[in-house]
Amino acid sequence: MSDIKKFMFVNRKAPYGTIYALESLEVVLITAAFDQDVSLVFLDDGVYQLKKGQQTKGIETKNFSTTYRALEGYDIEKLYVEKESMDARGLTAEDLLVDVTVLTSKEMGELMGQQDVVLSF
Amino acid sequence: MPNIEVNGKSYETDEEGYLLNLAEWNQDVAAYIAKTESLEMSDNHWEVINFLREYYEEYQIAPAVRVLTKAIGKKFGPEKGTSQYLYELFPYGPGKQACKVAGLPKPTGCI
Amino acid sequence: MLHIINRSVLGNAAFDSCLRVAAPGEILLIEDAVYAATKGNALEGKVREMQNRFKIHVLMPDLEARGLADRVIDGVSPVDYGGFVDLVAANKNCQSWL
Repeated sequence: MSDIKKFMFVNRKAPYGTIYALESLEVVLITAAFDQDVSLVFLDDGVYQLKKGQQTKGIETKNFSTTYRALEGYDIEKLYVEKESMDARGLTAEDLLVDVTVLTSKEMGELMGQQDVVLSF
Repeated sequence: MPNIEVNGKSYETDEEGYLLNLAEWNQDVAAYIAKTESLEMSDNHWEVINFLREYYEEYQIAPAVRVLTKAIGKKFGPEKGTSQYLYELFPYGPGKQACKVAGLPKPTGCI
Repeated sequence: MLHIINRSVLGNAAFDSCLRVAAPGEILLIEDAVYAATKGNALEGKVREMQNRFKIHVLMPDLEARGLADRVIDGVSPVDYGGFVDLVAANKNCQSWL
C-alpha cells in the first residue's frame, strides 16, 4: 500500500535521567496502531535503554525496560543498534533484552536517510 | 481522590474509577468494579482479567485491543481470539473495561 | 536530509554523533550550537573539514543574540527563520540531535 510511511524513532538518551526514553516508547506504541513501517534506533546513551537486568525499585520509578519485549506483539520488529555506541559503552548484543540488528554508523546514516519521518528523542 | 469501599477496606481510584495502586487489587475489588460496570462475571471474563494481569506483570503495560485479541487467541484458542468475543464479554471495550476490572491503568494509546 | 544541532558542540556528544552517523547532506546549527560556526572556536578545523560532506548553515538570530554574527566561518551559510523553514521543506526528512 502506498500510504504506508517509513517512521524511524531515534533514541539517544539513557532511560531514567530524563523522560525522553519513556515518551518515545509511548509514542511508538501509539504509532503501532496505525500500521506504518516503524523502525526503532538506539544510538549513543540510547543503547542503555535496552540493557538487561534493570531494577528500578531503589529509585521508585517504573521499570519500563520489559515493555521493549512487548513490541514484537505490536508487530514492531525492526530494532537497530549502532555498533560504535555499543562498543563505547562496553556492551554487546548479548547484554540487550531484545533481539536487535547491529549496524555500523555508515549503515545507520543510510537507513536514516531512507525514512519518510524521523522522530528524535 | 475518589475512593471505593469493599469489605470495609477503602481503595483509591482515579476520576474514572481505575484503581490507583495495582498491588492492592484482589478478586473482591474486581467483582465490585465489575458490578459498577454492570458486568456479570463468568469464567470467560475471569480468564481475560487474569490474562491481563499476567500480561501487565510481564510487560508493564496494558495491551492495545488488537494485541490483546491476538494474544488471547494464541493462548485460549482462535474462537476466543476475536474482537467480537471480547466485546461480548466487555461491551464498553475490552481495553477500557477489562483493564478497569483487572486493576490496571487504561491501555497506552487507548483512544 | 537535514540534521539540526541545538546544543553547544563543546562538551556535548550530539555534534560528534551527528558527524559519525549522518550520511552526506545538510547541517543546520541553531541555539547553543551556533558557537561552532564561529572563527577561532576549538572546533573550527573540524567544521571546515565537514564542509566536504555537508552544506553547513547557521541560524543568524541565534548568532546575533550571542554577539557573534560577525565571525561566521567562511563557507558556512547564514539563514534567518524563513531560511530555516525553507531548509526543512527542501529536505526529505530531518533528525534533531537533541
